[in-house]
Amino acid sequence: MPVLSGEVTQRVREKLQGLTAPVNLVVFTHDSGSPTGEETRALMEELALTSDQVYVEFYDVAVDTAKRDDYRIDKVPATVVEGQKDYGIRFFGLPSGYEFAALLEALRLVSLGDSMLTTSTCEQLKTLTKPVHLQVFVTPPCPYCVEAVQTAQQMAIESELVTTDVVEAAEFPQLSLKYRIFVVPKVIINEREAFVGAVSEAEFLAHVMKAGV
Amino acid sequence: MDEEQCYDLLIIGAGPAGLTAAVYGARKKLETLVVSRDVGGQTLLAAGVETYMGFQYVSGAELMQKFEEQVRQFPIAFALGDEVTNLVAEDLQFAIRTSGGKRYTSKAVIIASGRRARALNVPGEKTLIGRGVSYCATCDAPLFRDKDVAVIGSGNPALTAVNELSSYAHTVYSIVRGRVKADPVLVDRAKKTGKVEFCSGYAVDEIRGTNRVEGLVLRHLAEGKVVDLPLGGVFVEIGAMPNSDFARELLRLNERKEIEVDHHRLYAIFNYYQSCGLTSVRR
Repeated sequence: MPVLSGEVTQRVREKLQGLTAPVNLVVFTHDSGSPTGEETRALMEELALTSDQVYVEFYDVAVDTAKRDDYRIDKVPATVVEGQKDYGIRFFGLPSGYEFAALLEALRLVSLGDSMLTTSTCEQLKTLTKPVHLQVFVTPPCPYCVEAVQTAQQMAIESELVTTDVVEAAEFPQLSLKYRIFVVPKVIINEREAFVGAVSEAEFLAHVMKAGV
Repeated sequence: MDEEQCYDLLIIGAGPAGLTAAVYGARKKLETLVVSRDVGGQTLLAAGVETYMGFQYVSGAELMQKFEEQVRQFPIAFALGDEVTNLVAEDLQFAIRTSGGKRYTSKAVIIASGRRARALNVPGEKTLIGRGVSYCATCDAPLFRDKDVAVIGSGNPALTAVNELSSYAHTVYSIVRGRVKADPVLVDRAKKTGKVEFCSGYAVDEIRGTNRVEGLVLRHLAEGKVVDLPLGGVFVEIGAMPNSDFARELLRLNERKEIEVDHHRLYAIFNYYQSCGLTSVRR
């Protein structure tokens, strides 16, 4: 049974019509790794059928260890959204609900290879000197999460020093416990700093700059 | 969006009221700009909408998507991801400033900026926000699987939160000062889950916890006895405050931050309208 309804598939097709360059979805699952692994595979397979610019590769995290290490995958299901290069954008868990919208937006931006951030933000990101690892914890029904996800992913596209993991909080309870996720969106920066809420681009940038300079 | 252009109509907010206003404006061929943080407003937070005629059940997100599709058929300009911080009248036109540093002008303004969750204002609440205190059950309910949680409030939003949480939590305590004011259909649904404990006649004295919510201190209003309820999460659903701070310079706000208008909803400023529960006129 398809994951996406006929109506949604049609909308996705329309949305992805504008893709200007190929996007590769690199999907990692494992048979007993997660209850949503199979659904993630099916979703990505269907997504690849909606556009001739979207490609998909599947790997078993326990078998394809070289790929797993190349892409730095430490939990499943995981989906890497890769364009002309790997911008460091990962979805951990099934991107459902609002996160599906975030995934489609990631496809668009990665295909474009343009962050669409303001000039001033782009200029400041050029001054980063240290890696900034963003983990954005989300839940599928949270409408505000998609804003935080999008800004984080835009920053990953803009700067080679920024990487963004989108983590479905309920699918990874051990991480939710570790990072005290009681509210979403919550962004963990380099394992040390954290902030909550969908903040403006300027405020998000301030957090990133504090961690990366 | 053009900062140089003086729009015919500027709409603050893109919830149902703002989007509807935008369609009406566009049909009158007014050059219209909508400024909003998002498209959908508070309706996005509704897991299900059951009282919008024409839809027996529709998710808030889906309903707002349909609104947006309708709006996008018109040449309406949107400044999204931005929030209005100041509204003033100058030289027979209105000017707004936004948190993103933009300035827009227009001949008329429709304020449809909606409301935001009201805080309980009890000890512990502020320090435990994001540590078990939440104002969005739709967003955060999945994080409380198998936990005991409480929802404070007696209206439809509170009982809706109770029902959303009952899909995840072990037990949901519905804490109400007086009587439950929510629609009986929502109360019945909560009772059917078998997970909801109704605690009526209690005031919240404190949300207890150090690094995370550990419990609620409740006081029985009639008997005065104080009880401690161990919990993993507290959801505050006691109503909402108008998003009206940006209008403070131009318009008179009452103590509830509602925009003061008279009984004919007239205000001494030309071309000014209001919508979505922002004014002191009781609905």
